[in-house]
Amino acid sequence: MKAGTKLKSAVCDGEVIVIRGGDVVVECGGVPMAEERPADRLPINAAFAEGLRMGKRYVDATGATELLCVKPGQGSLSIGGVALWIKEAKPLPSSD
Amino acid sequence: MNISLILQMAADAAPDRIGLVCEGRQWSYGALDRMARGAARSIAESGCAHVSLLDESSEAAAIALFGAAIAGCRYVPLNYRLAEADLAALLGRIAPAFVIGDADRVKKLGPDSRHLTWSRSAFLEESLRSADLRAEAPEPSEDVAVQIFTSGTTAAPKAALLRHGNLISYILGTVEFGAASANEAALVAVPPYHIAGIAALLSSIWAMRRIVLLPAFDPDTWLSLAASERATSAFLVPTMLARIIARMDKGEPADLSALQSIAYGGGRMPLELIERALELFPRTGFTNAYGLTETSSTIALLGPQEHRAALQSSDPAIRARLGSVGRPLPTVEIEIRDQDGRALPPGAPGEIFVRGDQVSGEYREGRALDAAGWFPTRDAGWLDTEGYLFLAGRADDVIVRGGENISPGEIEDVLLTHPAIAEAAAVGIASTEWGEAVGVALVVKPGRELPSSDALRALVRDRLRSSRVPERILAVEALPYNEMGKLLRREVRKLFEARGPAAKSQ
Repeated sequence: MKAGTKLKSAVCDGEVIVIRGGDVVVECGGVPMAEERPADRLPINAAFAEGLRMGKRYVDATGATELLCVKPGQGSLSIGGVALWIKEAKPLPSSD
Repeated sequence: MNISLILQMAADAAPDRIGLVCEGRQWSYGALDRMARGAARSIAESGCAHVSLLDESSEAAAIALFGAAIAGCRYVPLNYRLAEADLAALLGRIAPAFVIGDADRVKKLGPDSRHLTWSRSAFLEESLRSADLRAEAPEPSEDVAVQIFTSGTTAAPKAALLRHGNLISYILGTVEFGAASANEAALVAVPPYHIAGIAALLSSIWAMRRIVLLPAFDPDTWLSLAASERATSAFLVPTMLARIIARMDKGEPADLSALQSIAYGGGRMPLELIERALELFPRTGFTNAYGLTETSSTIALLGPQEHRAALQSSDPAIRARLGSVGRPLPTVEIEIRDQDGRALPPGAPGEIFVRGDQVSGEYREGRALDAAGWFPTRDAGWLDTEGYLFLAGRADDVIVRGGENISPGEIEDVLLTHPAIAEAAAVGIASTEWGEAVGVALVVKPGRELPSSDALRALVRDRLRSSRVPERILAVEALPYNEMGKLLRREVRKLFEARGPAAKSQ
């Protein structure tokens, strides 16, 4: 996965952009994401249906993969069946 | 990734929400995004590699910034206050450019007819015309988003380059997408050619905080706009804050009840001024932001609670932090190094180095990063034991007296405690005995007498070491500043040179 690549969910409207990523397949709603969305939506895996939130960054345990959600959706992200989670940033006062 | 994503996502999330207000004109995120796409078409058709703005702040600055990004061109805002010859030289360095703003001035400045000039209104009309012909953001062949000429207070201006990746890293690391509530409004008074002006657009749009642009700062307009637009936050350079406080102290009525936070930066904040501000705005959160053009804006900040904690503390180490720029952002590293490049422990002054994804450290003239990615800021400073960063002027401004490094700021701070002194500037002056000695130029408060040299020297001697005592003291009508309130020390040194080494100045 190249930084800047946009991946679309096959189960919902969700889209992410790759900030950082290696040779892995990202799933949304349990189904692999791809640069093109299939013509027909595939069914969502209920175990990965917590939702994809706009503007949030998602990371794996190693930090090797980081994705930015640019369109929200119903599916949630995983790699090889292992859920990704939201990268929490310390809230900072506005400095601009 | 392309910075145009910032505006596009705000437009996707809330197309009808008002994102920018300027002189009564209101722009929704959706309208701004359509205009930026329209602008991108015109820019792409022009074949120019640079999109330049020679204009005060307006919606055109935001549309040009994002339009250039979509078209894969460099956005180069220029300082319209520059002298004709300096401006002509900068325009020559970006020719041929798509120039928006003062088209007549560009034509008068030089014979280079390759520039494509647009008045602000012509640019906006053309962008609107092309707005519905949707242009997709190309995979940018050009990954430099913004080029800003440094102010060149010591040498010819350098062209600092900020890549899309630098700016996106800064925004993702410091701002939460869509976090602003509907009533939040940021009053932006910094000019569009300053890094703070660019960062204000990017941060506020990502947070979805309404931007209220003030094209030309003056304290009365700022106060009335803050009240009428119910501004909840503002960014100011210290001189702006000083002028606002001066108006309020004269009794200018101001409804700043909505103002929750003020961030400041871009120059040295006198301790006296921030103490006065904290007193005058007891419910406003103050944030001191330290950053450089080459670091995509803020790299360290002192937050609201830290301001109040320092002000109320009886511990001198905590109290002193009011004069610091706070701690590094979680996403950057800061190190203090000596002249030989060795990292220094807390308390030891040296040059500030910074590293992080937002740090470009890159000029058209070459990269300034070392092999490990550290950027030498040329700012001098030190860290305290808790990691608070204190600035001690530009590394080039350090006075070296007989091998001892003296930061001008410590001497200036002491002199400013004298009730008759309004402004102070300490510089290195030639000395046959010491190599360099301390010279201070002072502005006396109206209605006050210049204190005797003996009294001023005693003041410095009592508070600092004897090596800090000024050799020469010069009273001047005014100190030389640039338009952002940055002291031009080179000019101060000239004041001493002009008087000659033999002249007795007090």
